[in-house]
Amino acid sequence: MSVKIFKINEDLKEFMPQEIIDLEEKATWGNPKRGVMDLPYAKELIEEHSLCAGCPESVAFRYILASLPNPEDTVIVNSTGCSSLVFPHIALHTVHPLFGNQNSVASGIKRVLEWRFPDKVKDVVVIAGDGATIDIGLDCTLQSFFRQEKITTICFDNEVYANTGGQDSGATPRGMEFKMAPGGKQWDKVPMWQLAIDSGCHYVARLSVSSPKKVEQVVKKAIYVAREVGPTYIHLYTPCILEIGLNADQGLWEMRQRDKERFKFFEYMTDEAKEVIERKKKEGLL
Amino acid sequence: MAKLGPAGYSPYPVSVVEGVLTPPPGKALMFNEIVDEEVAMREAAKAMLTRENPTIFPGPQVLYAWNEEAKRKAKFVRKMAEVLGAKIIPMYDYRPKYPKIDPEKEINPNHPNLTIWHNKIKACIFIGVHCHYANVALKIIRAETDCFTIAMCSMAGHEDAMITLRDQHSEDLEKFIRIAEEVKRELGK
Repeated sequence: MSVKIFKINEDLKEFMPQEIIDLEEKATWGNPKRGVMDLPYAKELIEEHSLCAGCPESVAFRYILASLPNPEDTVIVNSTGCSSLVFPHIALHTVHPLFGNQNSVASGIKRVLEWRFPDKVKDVVVIAGDGATIDIGLDCTLQSFFRQEKITTICFDNEVYANTGGQDSGATPRGMEFKMAPGGKQWDKVPMWQLAIDSGCHYVARLSVSSPKKVEQVVKKAIYVAREVGPTYIHLYTPCILEIGLNADQGLWEMRQRDKERFKFFEYMTDEAKEVIERKKKEGLL
Repeated sequence: MAKLGPAGYSPYPVSVVEGVLTPPPGKALMFNEIVDEEVAMREAAKAMLTRENPTIFPGPQVLYAWNEEAKRKAKFVRKMAEVLGAKIIPMYDYRPKYPKIDPEKEINPNHPNLTIWHNKIKACIFIGVHCHYANVALKIIRAETDCFTIAMCSMAGHEDAMITLRDQHSEDLEKFIRIAEEVKRELGK
């Protein structure tokens, strides 16, 4: 994709709605230093979303889309779940494959893009929920790590199958009860970040989206490392406030509580990844 | 024969079940007949000049300046609207708009009938809309409205439009504008 795709023909500009003119004039294209600090001033790549009021996933979307270093040349692969409701509203190329095979599809897209555009940097980012990443799509997720695919995988972990009424998922902590899982989860939460490390990811981070700047940093690090070294994985806590009985304004509070326990910030990187990150820091891109 | 007007919703709101296919290269499709391009252009111009609230729906391929051809086409779309006395309502992207579109200012392929109904459009031209979304939108319009649809397609055309002009590039748009001016004079407009 080229930035030109957002340049409106002068002859037809007067017929375009302001939000599209803003996308051309006020969005932060072609600037790898873009980040969450642009949010109050720049046009966002997401329009009105269709998630619940106060949903932390919508916050995660805003931070991630504001942090992509190369949005005009980024393809996002998503999967079924709450997050998939948002993708039609964002101004980037997105692909919605079958439930769970998002990392396989992303692998294919990345390989084709490398072959088709050898002189260009094209980032492929997977964004999927915990059901798609850890349960239904675990095979495809881990296999892409084993194959050392140069893609970034971001898991939105809300610890439950939320939009189907509240069934426990692999990411649900032991003992947690939901409407459709009244007996409580009988097993431990799958430590996906650890599986990612063991399966060959070069950069892994676990955090909640309570800190915008931190989210920006890990997204950029993960994408830069994936470009040059191999697979990277980010595990983000984005609680479903409805399923855990909170109000629309309590998402941030919930995330801050979990920041102190099971979503305490955790970062892992291999030596190769560290080299890339240090270099990008020197270049002023991190 | 494909009917002008509400074609009835499911099970078959698509003309292909009636055996209507896109025209061969060099030809055009008018309802279910393969005709010369010039004949179809004259009829298209006539429909736009005689029906109520004629509107051009430019899609992303002409709205954005992604190559030189797109820039030329945009100029011709503007000129075409002037000659036909048509409004321009853009289909600037294909994202479903949440919570709803403003039908006075935009058309969306997922519910194009809203814009047609709201503006009481009885004739329209689709140009620069990517094939898949043009197909979806034209089927919905064919099934749900009495709007006369004209597809000016840079590729193989769309059988669900009442008139399909295929392989339309900037020089073909120029030709269409010349024909539209002639038809306009003949109609005394």
